[in-house]
Amino acid sequence: MIRVVLPHHLKTLARVEGEITLSLDAPVTTASVLDKLEADYPMLRGTIREHQTLKRRPRVRFYADREDISHEPPDAPLPEAVVSGREPFIVIGAISGG
Amino acid sequence: MSGTRVLVGTRKGAFILSSNGDRRDWSVSGPHFAGWEIYHAKASPVDPDRIYVSQTSSWFGQIIQRSDDGGSSWFQPGSPDGLKTNDMGMPMGESNNFAYDTSEETGKPLTTHQWYDGSQHPWEFARVWHLEPSLDDPDTVYAGVEDAALFKTTDGGASWFELAGLRGHETGPNWAPGAGGMCLHTIVIDPNDHDRIYAAISAAGTFRSDDGGQTWKPVNNGLHSQYIPDPTAEVGHCVHRIAINPINPDVLYMQKHWDVMRSDDGGENWVEVSGNLPSDFGFPIAVHSHDPDTIYVVPIESDSLHYPPEGKLRVYRSRSGGNEWEALSNGLPQEHCYVNVLRDAMAVDEHDPCGIYFGTTGGQVYHSADEGDHWAPIVRDLPAVLSVEVQTLP
Repeated sequence: MIRVVLPHHLKTLARVEGEITLSLDAPVTTASVLDKLEADYPMLRGTIREHQTLKRRPRVRFYADREDISHEPPDAPLPEAVVSGREPFIVIGAISGG
Repeated sequence: MSGTRVLVGTRKGAFILSSNGDRRDWSVSGPHFAGWEIYHAKASPVDPDRIYVSQTSSWFGQIIQRSDDGGSSWFQPGSPDGLKTNDMGMPMGESNNFAYDTSEETGKPLTTHQWYDGSQHPWEFARVWHLEPSLDDPDTVYAGVEDAALFKTTDGGASWFELAGLRGHETGPNWAPGAGGMCLHTIVIDPNDHDRIYAAISAAGTFRSDDGGQTWKPVNNGLHSQYIPDPTAEVGHCVHRIAINPINPDVLYMQKHWDVMRSDDGGENWVEVSGNLPSDFGFPIAVHSHDPDTIYVVPIESDSLHYPPEGKLRVYRSRSGGNEWEALSNGLPQEHCYVNVLRDAMAVDEHDPCGIYFGTTGGQVYHSADEGDHWAPIVRDLPAVLSVEVQTLP
């Protein structure tokens, strides 16, 4: 199971508390995690990545096993710690005031 | 007319202020969508319990919310019956998909507009500034967005499509952003001819469609803007807000970046009616619901100083359709007041006497139940107010 941590506002939008768990087949990548996340929680479409291009929104970042993977290719395999569920895949809003 | 419902959008959520027709005692609900910017909330005139909300975030993008019960509960439209995507009944997630039309069929879809420095810049969707529900159908709504374009839904907000004839107008490459971005912020539907629609864009100007939004033409003749290379150009004017005379819809009023203007011929020609205003810079303009020669503005010091002249918050009223103005200050702060009133943050109800409402960047929502003669705050300490709409309920 893949553990996903969302920022406050997206948890509110998805009507969840705490972490989300996703069941995914290998290979587990940023793209496959987000595909499954948006399939299970369609209201999150367009909030993490753009509708048309599927590019990460500029003020959203992804962390995996304590590394910033925001600029890694979306189809790159995620670390084993995330794949095994030991560490979460974290979606975070950039810290930029307000 | 026994009810009054005020829909307030703020930097950190939406609030609903409710009263009866007397408008003395108010109840407050909210924040709805706490922490999100609520650029606009507006109800359908056909179904007053149908409310549409533009919920936005620079981080997480655009969300459309809808209530079918007057704001007691909300959902993101997009979950047609029988088409829910999972066991939790989550919506389809397309209600926030505002994709610019790039098809050949629409003529000449533009890919760039003018940027602040005069260079060309790609059209990029940022947010919905204004939602204008149809006068006929509760499922039909127009949306004005940044970067400037007009979208429409006919399925209650579940999906949106662009009316690309506006953005495809040949002047498009000359449109430029104002300080708040290049936004289509005002949509006005002629109450006598619902195919006649006006749209105002900062900084492009006012456009009119006579065929339900398929084709458009600029209607800016008479505007004079010293901040653009050609002060009387066809487009490039920073129109802040337009309002329509509900009795004679050929009469329109405009608060421009500078100048208060009036048109008596559906926007074909404009004349200045700033008259004796202490400043003709401002953002909102509103028309009395029963006496359409009576109009309201809130003068602001200047384009550089976005606060009231002399630190005194005053609404100005003209009972002659412009030129002669009187200050309305009874109940408003008359010292040390440096708030602004944004373009979508003023509204009138349909009670008799007519009520006037406005919200400030300081978080106050003021109202007058007697056409502006006396004012009182409904709430004082909300987040900065972005929009105010009022419903007169049966």
